[in-house]
Amino acid sequence: MGAIGGPLLELSGVRAAYDGITVLHGVDLTVDAGQVVALLGPNGAGKTTTLNVAAGVHPPSAGRLNLGGRDVSGARAGDLARSGVCLIPEGRGVFPNLSVRDNLWMMTFTGRTREEIEDAAYARFPVLGDRRTQAAGTLSGGEQQMLALARGLTTDPAVLLLDELSMGLAPLVVADLYERVADIAREGVAVLIVEQFAAAVLKIADHAAVLARGRIPWQGPPDRSLHAELSSYYLGSAP
Amino acid sequence: MDQFLAFTVVGLSTAAIYAVIGSGLVLTHTTAGVFNFAHGAAGMLAAFSYWQLAVGWEWPVPLALATVLLVLAPAFGLFVERVLMRPVQALGEAERLVMTVALLTGCIALARWVWDPNTARPLAPFFADRSAIRLGPASMTWHQAVTMAVAVAVAAALWFLLHRTRAGTEMRASVDDRALAGLTGADPLRAGRLAWTLGIQLAAVGGILIAPTVALDAQQLSLLIVSAYTAAVFGRLRSLPLTFLGAVVVGLLEAYLAGYLPRNDFLPGLRLAAPALLLLLALLAFPHRRLRGRDRRLVRVPLPTARGSLVFAGSVVLLAVVLVTVLTEDAIISYGAVFSLGVIALSFVPLAGFTGQISLCQLSIAGIGAVVWGHLGAHGELWALPVAVLIAAGVGALVALPALRLSGVYLALGTAAFAVILDRWVFTLPAFDVFGVRVTLFDQGSVPVTGPDLFGWHLTSPTQLLLLAAVLLALASLAVAALRRGRIGRRLIALRDSEAAFATLGGRLLGAKVAVFALSAGLAGLGGALYGMQLQTVTAEQFNLVAGLPIFLIAVIGGLGAVGTGLFAGLAFVVPTQLFAELGSWAHDLSTLLIALAGMGLAHSPAGVAPRMHAEWAKLARDRTLFRALLGVLALCWLLAATNAVNGGLALVAALVAALSLNARASARRQPAPDIPVEWWGLRRPWKPEDGEVLSRATAAS
Repeated sequence: MGAIGGPLLELSGVRAAYDGITVLHGVDLTVDAGQVVALLGPNGAGKTTTLNVAAGVHPPSAGRLNLGGRDVSGARAGDLARSGVCLIPEGRGVFPNLSVRDNLWMMTFTGRTREEIEDAAYARFPVLGDRRTQAAGTLSGGEQQMLALARGLTTDPAVLLLDELSMGLAPLVVADLYERVADIAREGVAVLIVEQFAAAVLKIADHAAVLARGRIPWQGPPDRSLHAELSSYYLGSAP
Repeated sequence: MDQFLAFTVVGLSTAAIYAVIGSGLVLTHTTAGVFNFAHGAAGMLAAFSYWQLAVGWEWPVPLALATVLLVLAPAFGLFVERVLMRPVQALGEAERLVMTVALLTGCIALARWVWDPNTARPLAPFFADRSAIRLGPASMTWHQAVTMAVAVAVAAALWFLLHRTRAGTEMRASVDDRALAGLTGADPLRAGRLAWTLGIQLAAVGGILIAPTVALDAQQLSLLIVSAYTAAVFGRLRSLPLTFLGAVVVGLLEAYLAGYLPRNDFLPGLRLAAPALLLLLALLAFPHRRLRGRDRRLVRVPLPTARGSLVFAGSVVLLAVVLVTVLTEDAIISYGAVFSLGVIALSFVPLAGFTGQISLCQLSIAGIGAVVWGHLGAHGELWALPVAVLIAAGVGALVALPALRLSGVYLALGTAAFAVILDRWVFTLPAFDVFGVRVTLFDQGSVPVTGPDLFGWHLTSPTQLLLLAAVLLALASLAVAALRRGRIGRRLIALRDSEAAFATLGGRLLGAKVAVFALSAGLAGLGGALYGMQLQTVTAEQFNLVAGLPIFLIAVIGGLGAVGTGLFAGLAFVVPTQLFAELGSWAHDLSTLLIALAGMGLAHSPAGVAPRMHAEWAKLARDRTLFRALLGVLALCWLLAATNAVNGGLALVAALVAALSLNARASARRQPAPDIPVEWWGLRRPWKPEDGEVLSRATAAS
């Protein structure tokens, strides 16, 4: 995949609704290849919905979704996954009743063989190799998140969408996981991260966008001005 | 010893069939996330179709087999997946359960309708012309050998599919997390289709193999599944090897019981009920994980107003008065069941609607109420009625104790097993003594039931009994509405929403569950006694599991949380049957089929019909002029029909037309747009393009 020049993932004027209640009121967001974009914002801002629209899990009610310059609005999750969009959903993105090996087997949809996937995953996360026959649901939280992240590593995605990777994990584990994410981005993958706890993700982000009440009122480099913006949105003093 | 070997061979061959059917159940459960109550019914339909092709139309056996297994069964599986299961996939576990119960009811009704149950349909075993295989002192028929070989082949093939192919892994992954499976490029729809096709095919294989060894009877074949359920529960609905082990245990146990159980009046029923007993024990003994799925969406429980409940109760009694003045004597007998069955259906409301506990044995408990009243109130002693209610409530409390360990599908299975134990064993017992008290149930026959003595009046005529049932239904509806409005109702709903939260807020699970089971069983017992009075004699068959399923379905269609469900269920159950009755003897099956079809339409109205009707007619009730007009028209129609000035049917049609047109008028009357505060724009009503403009102007002006 990968377009020459121009953004890899582009959302323009995306609106989305649940049961008639509009959650996104026109979101414009672009992620280039090799770029890490952090999408920040308070609860209920529509961050997860934005990712779900980008991955084809939730259909947008208006607006366009471009992937490598191609309009893919309305494509199904499975098709988008095969064309290189990888969403690691909130919570543990693993099949709890399948063994680690079977979970990895589910990652063969892009054409790589089962052995290649397993080798790549165990090389990155040796602990998974020790637990290959264990049911994924019995792994620790960090190990499950590693297994979920292995999908992002082994399926050669063009776009990686991460939803609340840090949820329920110790800060050390989170820092480690985000280091791996930075490695992935250096290989030319466009990474969009949704996170409540801004500090962890801003260490690796190239660009940040603030989402509030279904709109993006601010985006730019993750510097001091962002911190001021963020606290105003989290604490509610923004207009 | 020879005898023992012979029983073992028989047991193992039955075990093989249970294993095939049970593994089909496990397959649909692990891959489609649905516990299919209709699994046995699918096998039954396959057996009937096979009989039709091979015997009825004399097709060659291989062709008939191929048609059933490779064409009809997959087609049925795809139909079930597409039409029934996909619409409720997004709803909760209970809705999926109801779908399969509807399918079970529909299959039985369809089979009875198409294949007259009074004709014998012998089906020859496979390779009947070959002599048996000698195994030392015992012998094994070729049919038994084929059965066992099929079971082994099925076991191997399934294990390979699920654990050694990507398609199988994809199927398991789809159950774990449908959305996530989509993210890994899998097609959950394909996995579901494959699961249902294979599952129904396995049921068909089992049905065709078992049919030659038992009578080809729709109900019996569908319930043979109980043994296969037991096998599947041994495997905790997940593990194929354990399911096979369970099948062997059940098959051998049945064979040895058949062979060695002493012959007396008390025990033959125990043999028939053994699989159900074993199922109950297996359910209680094996720890099982909750069925997973994040789609646990609960339906809201409507809150009736005090005035609304009174109006409803009044209209129930009024309806009864209208019925007794308009209908002929015969019709009053048939329509009397509207109110007594209504009370039985109402018993689902506190239990399943408020508390979320699905019980499939309510009609069996009603049977207990009927039979207790029949014996104790043989001369209409009024005190016997509360006693019947109390005894039924006691049985309900008994059911509640195991229910503490069970929930959802497992509870439904457990109560179904309890119903089977009651109708195959307990209800068939002759009179016996317990601690010096003589207990008589159906006494292997029928029990005469009479009306009660009410303050010196002995109520026996159909008119009196109908009015009594109507008054009691009205009172019961009022009581259930009061329960919903009060503190207890809120606590029960809290229990339904989250048992953990209920317990942490200081609620007592044991007490609450036992109380609600006892309460609803008491209601069912009262309904059963009333139903018995109208029937005049009751038999065990009138209260068995299969007879109870349509009532459960109608209660679900009506809306388990709505108090009006009682009356709705009574009407919906009795009226179509009576209307079709003039068409012929198959009318009963036809109306059951209709009920099943309506149940399958549940996905379109998960909250039930009763709340929807309430919402649709509320406008008319609030519009004073139109409402008075409606009352006037209805009273006129009633008067004309009661005085025989006009034919009753004509009056009914006129009343219906008037009501519908007035309702249309009421909803057409323009309501002033409700004033929605600014902060709710976009939430309580859609966000309009001009809203932004309006808001900025308003802010600029202030």
